[in-house]
Amino acid sequence: MEKNIVPINRISMKDRLKSYIKHPGSLILLLLVCIAAVLTVVTLLFLVGYILINGLPYLKPSLFALNYNSDNVSMLPAIINTVEMVLMALLLSVPFGVGAAIYLVEYAKSDNKLVGIIRLTAETLTGIPSIIYGLFGMLFFVIQLHWSYSMMAGAATLAIMVLPTIMRTTEEALLCVPTSYREGSFGLGAGKLRTIFKIVLPAAMPGILSGVILSIGRIVGETAALIYTAGTMTGVAGLMNSGRTLAIHMYVLSNEGLHKNEANATAVVLLIIVLMINGLSSFVAKKFEATKA
Amino acid sequence: MKVKEKIMEFVFLLTAIVSVVAVVLICVFLFANGIPAMKEIGFAEFLTGTKWKPGNDKYGIFPMILGSIYVTGGALIIGVPVGVLMSIFLARFCPAKLYKVLKPIVDLLAGIPSIVYGFFGLVVLVPLIREHFDSRGQSILCAAILLGIMILPTIIGASEPTIRAVDESYYEGALALGATHERSVFTVIVPAAKSGIFAAIVLGVGRALGETMAVMMVVGNQPRVTHNVLEGIRTLTTNIVMEMGYATDLHREALIATGVVLFVFILIINLCFSLIKRSGKE
Repeated sequence: MEKNIVPINRISMKDRLKSYIKHPGSLILLLLVCIAAVLTVVTLLFLVGYILINGLPYLKPSLFALNYNSDNVSMLPAIINTVEMVLMALLLSVPFGVGAAIYLVEYAKSDNKLVGIIRLTAETLTGIPSIIYGLFGMLFFVIQLHWSYSMMAGAATLAIMVLPTIMRTTEEALLCVPTSYREGSFGLGAGKLRTIFKIVLPAAMPGILSGVILSIGRIVGETAALIYTAGTMTGVAGLMNSGRTLAIHMYVLSNEGLHKNEANATAVVLLIIVLMINGLSSFVAKKFEATKA
Repeated sequence: MKVKEKIMEFVFLLTAIVSVVAVVLICVFLFANGIPAMKEIGFAEFLTGTKWKPGNDKYGIFPMILGSIYVTGGALIIGVPVGVLMSIFLARFCPAKLYKVLKPIVDLLAGIPSIVYGFFGLVVLVPLIREHFDSRGQSILCAAILLGIMILPTIIGASEPTIRAVDESYYEGALALGATHERSVFTVIVPAAKSGIFAAIVLGVGRALGETMAVMMVVGNQPRVTHNVLEGIRTLTTNIVMEMGYATDLHREALIATGVVLFVFILIINLCFSLIKRSGKE
C-alpha cells in the first residue's frame, strides 16, 4: 500500500508541461532565462577555447629565451618584470590597505565623520577606470616626481588602483572575527595592539590573503594604467628602469601585427596565469568560509 | 605602553587617510593639467567641436563623447538583458549542482584581462563583421558586442546577490495565489530587487565607459561623427591612449582634458550608483 503514496507537492514532468501549455507566457520567460545562461557559458567556453586552441601550438621554447630580441619575441623578461611589478605594488599597497581596514574596524567609532569620508573615497577609487590611473601616474609619478617611465612609477600607480580592493576584503575579514576573541584577549590582560596583531589578524589572515591574491590577478592583467607609467621597454628592468609586463608585452605584440602566432601563445600564458591566480583566490576564500563555520 | 598604543592608533589613522589623499591628488593633478587647456581652447569649442585635428590646432572632443555614448549604449543593449536574465537564472532557476559549475564560470569571465578580450575581438569578431556586413570590421558594433560580453560578469556579480536576497515569503505568497514559478519570479521578486539590479547596471555602465585597451583594438579609432554602427569611431578612453605617446604642449594638455571629461562622467556615474544603493537600503 505504501507504494501508492504520492507526495502532492512534487510536480511531475507531465504536470509541468501541462502547466506551461496553460501559461505560455511562463514558458517564454523560462526559455529566455535558459537562453541567457547558455549564451553566457557558450561565450566563455568559445573565448577560452579559441585562445587555447590557437595559442598552444605556438608555445615554443624560444618564446621563453632569457633575452628578448625582435626575432624570438621572448616573453620571459616580461614575466620576470610582471613578478617584480606584483611584488612592488603589493609591498606598497598591502600595509596601507590592511592598516586602513584595521583603523576602520578596530578603532573608528561609527559616528566618526572621517570614516564616512574614507569609505566614500575608497568607493570612488573602486570606480575609477584604469586609464585615469595611468594618466594620473604619468602626471604625478613620472613627471612631477621625475621618476620617468619606470617600474617604480607603474607599481605606485597600481598600488593606488588595488588599494580599495585590499581595504574592502580586509575589512570584511576583520568584521568576521568574533568579538569574543577580542574580549578573551583583553580578559587575559593583552592590550589593544597586541590583540590586533596576535589574535585578530591571524584569524582574519585567509580572508586578507584572498583579497591580496585577487589584487595580484588585477595587476597581472593590467595594461592601460601601465603604458604611460612603466613604459614598454623590453628586457628585465630594474626599479627605476622602464619595463613591460606580460600584459603590455601581449598588447605590443598584437598591435604590431607582425607576430600573430607569438601573440596567440602569449595570450595563452597570460590567460592561464590570471585564471590560476583567480582560482587560487576563490579557493583561499572558500577555505576561510569553511574555518569560519 | 600607553604611548605605544596611541602612536599605533595614529599610524593606522594615517594609513586610512591614504585613500583620501589619493583621491585628492588624482583630482588636483587631473584638473590642474586639464582645465587650462580647456580654457585655452574654449569650453564650448572643446566639448562641442566636431573636429579633432591636433596638426591644425583643432581640438573638439564631441566625436569622442558621442563614441563613448554609442559604444556604451550598444554594450548595454547586449549586456543588460543577458546579464540580468543570467542572474535571475542563477538566483532562482538554477539547481544547486549546476550553480556550483556556473558560478566559477562567471568568475572566470570577470578574471580575463581586458587585453585578452581585445585580442579575441580583433582576431574573431572583427573578421566576422567584415565578412558578413558591408564594413571594415573595426566598428561601433564590434566594440559594443565585445563590451557587452565584458560587462556581463560585472552585472551578474552585482545583481545576483540582490535577487537572491529578496525575502522568500514574497515568492511563496505569489505561488500561493496561484502564479507559476516564472510569474512569481518576474512579477514579484524582480521588482522587489529593482534597485539592486539598477545599481548593477550602473556599475556596468562605468565599466564600459572606462574600458580602454579592448575597445581600442576593435573600435577603429577614427575621430569622426557617425551614426552608422558599422563604421569606426573613437571613444574618450582610446583618444588618450592613442596619442599620449607622442603628444606635446597643447595637444598633450587637450588629451589630459579628455581624461578630465571622462573622469567627470565616471564621478557622476559613481554618484548615481551610491544614490541608488542608498535608496534601495531605505
